Amino acid sequence: MSHADDHEGTRRDFLYFATAGAGVVATGAAVWPLINQMNPSADVSALSSIRVDIGDVVEGTQLTVKWQGKPVFIRYRTPKEIEEGRAVPLSDLVDTSSENANLAADADASDENRTMDAEGKWLVMIGVCTHLGCVPLGNNSGDFDGWFCPCHGSHYDTAGRIRKGPAPRNLDIPLTSWVDDTTIKLG
Amino acid sequence: MSGIPHDHYEPKTRGEKWLHSRLPIIGLLYNTIMIPTPKNLNWMWIWGIVLAFCLVLQIVTGIVLAMHYTPHVDLAFASVEHIVRNVNGGYMLRYLHANGASLFFFAVYLHIFRGLFYGSYKAPREITWIVGMLIYLAMMATGFMGYVLPYGQMSFWGATVITGLFGALPWIGEPIQTWLLGGPAVDNATLNRFFSLHYLLPFVIAALVAVHIWAFHTTGNNNPTGVEVRRGSKAEVEKDTLPFWPYFVIKDLFALVLVLTLFFAVVGFMPNFLGHPDNYIEANPLSTPAHIVPEWYFLPFYAILRAFTADVWVVMFATWITGGIVTAKLFGVLAMFGAIAVMVLVPWLDTSAVRSGRFRPMFKWWFWLLAVDFVVLMWAGAMPAEPPYSTISLIASAYWFAYFLVILPLLGVIEKPNAAPETIEDDFKAHYGKSDATPAE
Repeated sequence: MSHADDHEGTRRDFLYFATAGAGVVATGAAVWPLINQMNPSADVSALSSIRVDIGDVVEGTQLTVKWQGKPVFIRYRTPKEIEEGRAVPLSDLVDTSSENANLAADADASDENRTMDAEGKWLVMIGVCTHLGCVPLGNNSGDFDGWFCPCHGSHYDTAGRIRKGPAPRNLDIPLTSWVDDTTIKLG
Repeated sequence: MSGIPHDHYEPKTRGEKWLHSRLPIIGLLYNTIMIPTPKNLNWMWIWGIVLAFCLVLQIVTGIVLAMHYTPHVDLAFASVEHIVRNVNGGYMLRYLHANGASLFFFAVYLHIFRGLFYGSYKAPREITWIVGMLIYLAMMATGFMGYVLPYGQMSFWGATVITGLFGALPWIGEPIQTWLLGGPAVDNATLNRFFSLHYLLPFVIAALVAVHIWAFHTTGNNNPTGVEVRRGSKAEVEKDTLPFWPYFVIKDLFALVLVLTLFFAVVGFMPNFLGHPDNYIEANPLSTPAHIVPEWYFLPFYAILRAFTADVWVVMFATWITGGIVTAKLFGVLAMFGAIAVMVLVPWLDTSAVRSGRFRPMFKWWFWLLAVDFVVLMWAGAMPAEPPYSTISLIASAYWFAYFLVILPLLGVIEKPNAAPETIEDDFKAHYGKSDATPAE
């Protein structure tokens, strides 16, 4: 203020800014609950983990379970699929990150980093296309013998890695762990 | 209200004077309905009344449908079947509402392309144009959420794909998507809020329509010549215009009757022609239909969304220059919203001083190519995302942007326009003979 001695002016200015500031804060405080109510409710966001019995899954088939509103693919891969997945050099991949919640964020997308076990038999992925959320078709679909998303034509290979089409990332791998030889835990 | 001189309402009886001094509502309605309207308006100026009819139709049928519909994932699908099978006349109400959305979009596209050809967006009507575009955006949001409500397979997967668009935004995308859905995937929370907003937005549209009408009543209507109404005196105005009531009301109602004849033929005899059979399968989060297509009125923009895949050079360039932030997915989303954004900006992209396409020999061709382009995009959007359709989509998308961003700015500089008539009266007489076209009393 150039007129430091103009007490009436500064007092008026102060009231003006204080009122405007209080108005903004009050409006924000009133609007925030209205916005926040749209976020996931307590029952939805309650982190759930489920146990899945995979004892009946035979080689070359896929079990799809619903977890947190999304399908999860649990595939028992054939030796041919494992071989195809391991033969792919990293330089051929669109997304070179493992996208595996069980590993460090900088883990590469090698076939070994995608599967649950060292042999590479069990592949557990969230069955949601990373493009716009459709469920890809399995059973060796698409140009790379893995999954194919019918919505916009994304092709995933036998390790669920994006190879062709608009999807930006490999299929996500959720937190998984073995409970016993035939049971896995999601989440 | 209008800047064009014309008769104003004068209260005559005691009752009218009493009301007028307290609330001049009759005057407002009188001035609105008696607005001087260019007398050379052609049949492309009837879509406004069709659109107004559609809004009323959708609100009225929607309110009564809401009396029987249940927005719950387990009950929604069955409640729509209940409406069709059990509610008295429910099948008619439901199909009027579903096909009413199609008529609404059919009319709005003709209305928009009318504006694009005759330069209705040019000064001083930019606000009318922008408010119109806001109405169009609100219509798209309403139409999209309404299509989710029956909770069939197309409802569910359409909602998944469209909300997934927001997930494409860098950093804030996933929290926004979760916020929109109210959970990790489309579920009961999503259906409930879509129902709430689907009920709300038409009233927002109604308010925007009032602003739209207010704006063009201030500037006056455009007309096929793009020549402004002379405003020197009331006598001059009356040579160029006729009052909206009764002349244009009757003309518009006649057109509306013809349009509704076709509309009711569709509603009555082929109510599901524009729908998708997969939406008669209840939503299943574990199985995506083999081929997801949105409603026909979204197809052109859906084609643009899908056109920009990772192997297109502009996408590769955008990915490279942003260090990987702009992926093919985000590029597609930006292109889709950009396709509408360039339309919003057209008042400033079109540099030609001539308003009507009638007097622009080069513009005409590019305009009709745009109209064809729109239809091609609509067709390509309904096809699977594979060659040759992906290439056709890409070329058609490129033309859409080229028209607004390159052709329109350049045409204003290089085109030599033909002479427009001096006045609307001249144009009118050239069409309807020399006899003074004062209407018979």
